[in-house]
Amino acid sequence: MRGMSGAIVIVGGGIAGQAVCEAVRERDRDVAITLVCAEPCAPYDRVRLSEILVSGEDPQTLQLRPPEWYDDHDVTLLVGRMVTWVDHERGVLGLDDTDELHFGRLVLATGSQPLMPPIPGIDLAGVHPFRGPADCDAIRGAALAGDARRAAVIGGGLLGLEAARGIAAQGCAVTVVHLLDRLMERQLDAGASALLAPALTGLDIDVEFDRNTQQIIGPDRAHGLRFTDGSELQADLVVVSIGIRPETTLARTMGIVCDRGIIVDDAMRTSIPSVVAVGECAQHRGIVYGLVAPIHDQARVAAQTLLSQDAAYLGSVMSAKLKVAGIDLVCAGQAVGEYEAVVTDAATGVYRKLTVSGGRIVGTVLLGDTRGSEALVAAVRAGDLVDDPLQALADASLAGPADLPDSAQICDCNGVCKGALVAAVTEGGCATPREVMAVTRAGTGCGSCRPAVVEIVAAATGGLSDEPAYLCPCRKQTREQLAARIRADGLQSVSEVANACGTGRECGTCKPALAYLVSEVCANTHREERDARFINDRVHANIQRDGTFSVVPRMYGGVCTPDELRRIADVADKYEVPLVKVTGGQRLDLLGVRKQDLPAIWRDLDMPSGHAYAKAVRTVKTCVGTDFCRFGLGDAIGLGIEMEKLWEGLHTPHKVKSGVSGCPRNCAEATVKDIGCVAVEGGWQVRAGGAAGGNVREADIIATVATRAEALRVATTFLQYYRENADYKERTYDFIPRVGLEHVREVVLGEQSGAALRERLRIAKAAVKDPWLERDDPYHPRQFEDLDGVAGDSREPTLVGPPAEGRA
Amino acid sequence: MNYACRVDDVPRGEGRALTVDGRRIAIFRSAAGWFALDAVCPHRGGPLEDGIVCDHAVICPLHDRRYDLASGAALSGGEGVVAHAVEIRGERVFVALATAQRRAA
Repeated sequence: MRGMSGAIVIVGGGIAGQAVCEAVRERDRDVAITLVCAEPCAPYDRVRLSEILVSGEDPQTLQLRPPEWYDDHDVTLLVGRMVTWVDHERGVLGLDDTDELHFGRLVLATGSQPLMPPIPGIDLAGVHPFRGPADCDAIRGAALAGDARRAAVIGGGLLGLEAARGIAAQGCAVTVVHLLDRLMERQLDAGASALLAPALTGLDIDVEFDRNTQQIIGPDRAHGLRFTDGSELQADLVVVSIGIRPETTLARTMGIVCDRGIIVDDAMRTSIPSVVAVGECAQHRGIVYGLVAPIHDQARVAAQTLLSQDAAYLGSVMSAKLKVAGIDLVCAGQAVGEYEAVVTDAATGVYRKLTVSGGRIVGTVLLGDTRGSEALVAAVRAGDLVDDPLQALADASLAGPADLPDSAQICDCNGVCKGALVAAVTEGGCATPREVMAVTRAGTGCGSCRPAVVEIVAAATGGLSDEPAYLCPCRKQTREQLAARIRADGLQSVSEVANACGTGRECGTCKPALAYLVSEVCANTHREERDARFINDRVHANIQRDGTFSVVPRMYGGVCTPDELRRIADVADKYEVPLVKVTGGQRLDLLGVRKQDLPAIWRDLDMPSGHAYAKAVRTVKTCVGTDFCRFGLGDAIGLGIEMEKLWEGLHTPHKVKSGVSGCPRNCAEATVKDIGCVAVEGGWQVRAGGAAGGNVREADIIATVATRAEALRVATTFLQYYRENADYKERTYDFIPRVGLEHVREVVLGEQSGAALRERLRIAKAAVKDPWLERDDPYHPRQFEDLDGVAGDSREPTLVGPPAEGRA
Repeated sequence: MNYACRVDDVPRGEGRALTVDGRRIAIFRSAAGWFALDAVCPHRGGPLEDGIVCDHAVICPLHDRRYDLASGAALSGGEGVVAHAVEIRGERVFVALATAQRRAA
């Protein structure tokens, strides 16, 4: 356990707890932080639950941070643990009544519980709140399985409508029953609400107003709703979404003053000054905020308070976007005011409104046409003065995100302002929207701001939206420009390109991209310069967090011989390899290897490199196909081995993971691979662009062909097309959507274009050598060696010179 | 001055590490000359000698933090590293350790 002096413990692993954790760590890299999550998983993005309800993706994809983030940032993460009591005077709290944890400073981020009305039948089977991944699973399961012929959603707020959309998307009839006479009454005025209801009907969502549910009809399970006026609605799936109740139980046991939520001051302090509260459990100036953006504002202030810095939270302007496909709705601030300017077109379902009080913009509602929403929401937040609200509405529809002030918040989920996006380009050296999103985390929450991020980054990089990213941002050179120069001048190496174009010398980050480009354009007959390569490609092994390396020998199709297995085991013993693990791609990984041991290990293994360290063709995962499986339709192992042998050693813009499944049961998970083949009745499906990482993406079908040979040909042709046309570090799943699936098919399946691609791949492949043969032919005597021992060499005595002088 | 290695011991455009007086030092041979920095990245302990070297900077191989080769200043945020003096005498490379133990950005 860490020392107790000043350690910060955060109770609650929701968006709020995670936000405080990150805000503290940004400001203080040393303070001990423990994050205690009651749910059995690391913090996830609850806002995107409705997406999961529609798509059925694994809730894992909602994780706010990957598991290693917590290690990397020295945050102790406890999941599935309940804080049962707190003794703030002693600085101790209880975990599940079994363990104790010491703290100096405490954060309550206990969130909220769904509000369930105390009506008869609320406990019946088939009645669910919509709050966590488990609810999501249950609702989706019921809607999908056909158990439910009709579903009802009680509550026509933001979350209720998103739940209804998720249910309708499973093909289940759904009715939203709302207590009042208009939807989303907290955010919308009557005019917008009146247009919203028909838009929902268009998505097969019925809406009934003025419905006060008196009882859920049983008796064995939910069969319907009975309303106070005596009418009934048949429903065997009932989702309750009428609001939240701040979770204050723990705070109350500590004697902290609570009203609806835990009362906090402007510094986010509770009535116990060493305890702060943030998020949906907190009540600030009488308001409990249930939206993401205010929670991030609160977290920043709470972090500063915890670190004894002065900061004040003065409340937030509420803003919301409805994440229902087919309906564009953005609203912020007050829906009604002293003066209102409205533009509406009932026929097309467009409603745009500005609310003005005291000459200032205090609210906006944009339905059906959300152009300029960033500018208008920013104006609401800033309380901009306005003379002519109608003109302001018209101007906004013409303005793009690039016209916004730096202070305008673009990503509400992660609280990222336009200024931060621009700074990531101008100061952080990012060149593409992808890089900016990775650095700032903008666009990684609900994703609704991504188009705005792309536009802002395009403007900041000085290019148009559709201009490609620079390969070398320092010299503003694109991949296409550089490739043309390499071809025209016959350049053979990264240093020749550097001399000709000045690339790769200033920040150095583009050197590996240049190395790939030179090798690809020259079909692997280039002059190799290892200093341009990432360390993995200098020593042909994957660097690990402690500076050691991992070694994965090639096993075609995941098949190996007993002899190979024995050699791997012998190597693991002889070199005291700390960990031997089967990888996700069906290979054996030797982890924790010292750099200087690599050549000897490769010699003892006597197997080719598996390229698990490189942006190259990696593994082809296979099922047992027709060889042994009684369901197999196609020879998966055979095709997998063919693919792997044909492609082995080819470098690619980013790693290429492949799979071959012998039947549509898809045991090799080929549909989430960069390139995947699936045997189907009468032939093979060839797919590309799948992903099973942070975002799961089903691979697109390039073609369905009759024979194994044709499948190999199509997959190979796609591989070369990707090698030649993708940007460096662009995975197939980003590449295909960028260039368009139709275009990919056209080129790959075209008789002449396809043949030309295959011929170029054949030439590139002919120049490939197994990099592990460098064990006997290193590019430099010290390829794998540091300088230790050199100075101890008796031929070179250590000199005693002038006193050591620091330059720092 | 401590003898470190011969000029040929470090490939052009790369770095190599050695221990001098118990301190891990990375020596770099960039297009702009020879440089030496503390080898351990202050961020997460990455080996800077394994980083990609350009004319005036090195990029840590673990999380892409960038450091100025001459001063050790952090070019992408965070803490910097201590820079040491390098001298080439004929074919031999010498390092003079700086007195500072840690360096702020």
